[in-house]
Amino acid sequence: MKLQTSLLALAAVTMTANTAAAQTEIDFWHAFTGRLGELVAEQVETFNASQSDYVVNATHKGNYSETLNAGIAAFRAGEQPDILMVFEVGTATMMNAKGAVKPVYEVMADAGADFDADAFIGAVKGYYTTAGGEMLSLPFNSSTPVLWVNRDALSEAGIDPDTDLSTWQKVGETLDALKEAGHDCPLTTAWQSWIHLENTSAYHDVPFATQDNGFAGVDTELALNGPVQTQHIEAMGQWAKDGKFIYTGRRNEGGANFRGGECALFTESSAGYAGIKAEAEFDFDVRPLPYWEGVEGAPQNTIIGGASLWVMEGQSDEEYKGVAEFLNFLSSPEVQAKWHQDTGYLPITSAAADLTREQGFYDENPGTDVAVKQMTANEPTANSKGIRLGSFDQIRGIIDEELEAVWAGDKSAQEALDSAKERGDALLRRFEQSAR
Amino acid sequence: MEKRVTFKGLWLPLLLVAPQLAITAVFFFYPAGQAIWQSLFIPDPFGLSMQWVGLGNFEYLLSDKYYRASFVTTAVFSILVTVVSMGVALYLAVLADRLIKGSGTYRTLLIWPYAVAPAVAGVLWLFMFNTRVGVVTWYLGLLGYDWNHVLNENEAMGLVVIASAWGRISYNFLFFLAGLQAIPKSVIEAAAIDGARFWTRFRTIVFPLLSPTTFFLLVVNIVYAFFETFGVIHTITSGGPQQATTILVYKVYSDGFVSQDLGSSAAQSVILLVIVGALTIFQFKFIERRVHY
Repeated sequence: MKLQTSLLALAAVTMTANTAAAQTEIDFWHAFTGRLGELVAEQVETFNASQSDYVVNATHKGNYSETLNAGIAAFRAGEQPDILMVFEVGTATMMNAKGAVKPVYEVMADAGADFDADAFIGAVKGYYTTAGGEMLSLPFNSSTPVLWVNRDALSEAGIDPDTDLSTWQKVGETLDALKEAGHDCPLTTAWQSWIHLENTSAYHDVPFATQDNGFAGVDTELALNGPVQTQHIEAMGQWAKDGKFIYTGRRNEGGANFRGGECALFTESSAGYAGIKAEAEFDFDVRPLPYWEGVEGAPQNTIIGGASLWVMEGQSDEEYKGVAEFLNFLSSPEVQAKWHQDTGYLPITSAAADLTREQGFYDENPGTDVAVKQMTANEPTANSKGIRLGSFDQIRGIIDEELEAVWAGDKSAQEALDSAKERGDALLRRFEQSAR
Repeated sequence: MEKRVTFKGLWLPLLLVAPQLAITAVFFFYPAGQAIWQSLFIPDPFGLSMQWVGLGNFEYLLSDKYYRASFVTTAVFSILVTVVSMGVALYLAVLADRLIKGSGTYRTLLIWPYAVAPAVAGVLWLFMFNTRVGVVTWYLGLLGYDWNHVLNENEAMGLVVIASAWGRISYNFLFFLAGLQAIPKSVIEAAAIDGARFWTRFRTIVFPLLSPTTFFLLVVNIVYAFFETFGVIHTITSGGPQQATTILVYKVYSDGFVSQDLGSSAAQSVILLVIVGALTIFQFKFIERRVHY
């Protein structure tokens, strides 16, 4: 009996060894659960079934921060995966980790893979390329902020649901009308720093930080206390005071209030689409993010949030070949178009956007192309290419704190933004030191 | 009066304490040493390079007025958590001690919250106090009180204190109840016969006899409030609004594990280590004197 078991075990081991020899395994660590996790698993299965040389093992490692931490800890222990998903805020950290990451353009060139960085949408590509246009990580899930509108709430307040909400001036008038009609939550937001400072800066073509928002060097300083940003935060602060803007928290807590029908307007990522579509029991639509009329250069383009895939150093050439093939598969128009339609994330290549249009998705789901148009309306400038700051996560934390002081009426917009700059700059100097 | 067993020679006692020493060395001295070493550098997250900065991390931290403010926040938070969790636990334990019928059920129910993980407890309280859909918020609204811990600093502090103290009440309750039951009934009965009322008996007999338990719980609860509450803070407030609930250990966690600023995080844990060490020495030197074993 015992002998039999060990023989079986031996056979099992030999068999696994055989398959392992035939197929190169590629480890891919990501941060998606729920519906997104299922969709990633589906992509991986499709890839594994499509060829027999490589097997991709996708593993969920927690949320964005936890996944990045797991990758870092694994690298320190020499056990890093081939592919690591890192959120946009971690981009500068990864870029400066020379010796830990292998740039995607190198992976592709070494593997002799057919890869064209220009196939990607400019504003998406820009976030993850060097100043020279070389792609460092592969954009994966990218979204951009838009304005979600509860049409029923507007009608109930006696406002035409098709009313013009393209500028903050118009939004202000609508908020007044909603408040007058006794509405409890005219406007709420998710991700306040990303939407109301980072994107507001890019959208009005003003810098968020010096040195081209950090793209040109780590000796960058925050510039988020400029007149455009201050004016915007001041207006938001006034709306908060008047009960027209309801603050619900630092992350996307406001989503529950909007989906529940409680809030009329909601600034949130375009990727909020899946959740809103599933839960909202009212008529909603998507509008472009509003801008301040009269600011020169506005509306420029908005910038992205989301994650990209980084290839880690220290793997075999064979594995890198597989990685190149897998990354090419992920950015193919079919895979991307499906991902875009299922999730509301942006199609990261122009081909995927075209394919989605040809498939008639935008006609059937009006408004789903708003984000794409908003991102691609203009060629990105130095102010709207993206933001690349070290310690960005901590800086966002500081911004959250300072904005809360404005919403609570403890500080003026100018005081809060000046203080955010001062505190953020101290962190940037520390990062500069560590990146030396 | 001291009853001490003394060993002759050096080897036997060393051998006997060796396992304890080994555990302390591996799980305390080594990591603490690492923390002190790392606090002198600004390392990059991947461990590829380290910049020697000497005491630069400490200078940076102590010159930051927001960091200094979090000492006060931590003190307020720790005192509140300790007082609330011990006060409520003592009250409940005294009541449970007097129960005759159904005391088993009562005790079991009171012990349950201890089994709830801090982060889960955080989520539970967060749901109840959610500013828009929370049950408690709704009732408070009926009473005309507008609860908004997302922007109101005092309410946020109150909420994290309740959520942190809640699970702790069970733990403290167990110890207090055991302590109460160890007090000889004859002493209390004698006092009762002499005409001492409940409150007098409690103040002059029960509480002093309970002091070893109280002292132990005081030390343990303060350490808990200092070190183990970041899960609750992380889920409920993330340290906000503004910096109202950013306690020292939460900052260690978020700077180190969320933001990868390892040098600063290491320096902060060294500072925390010094504070808690000093606090514990203080407690043993000054408060323990008042404890009757």
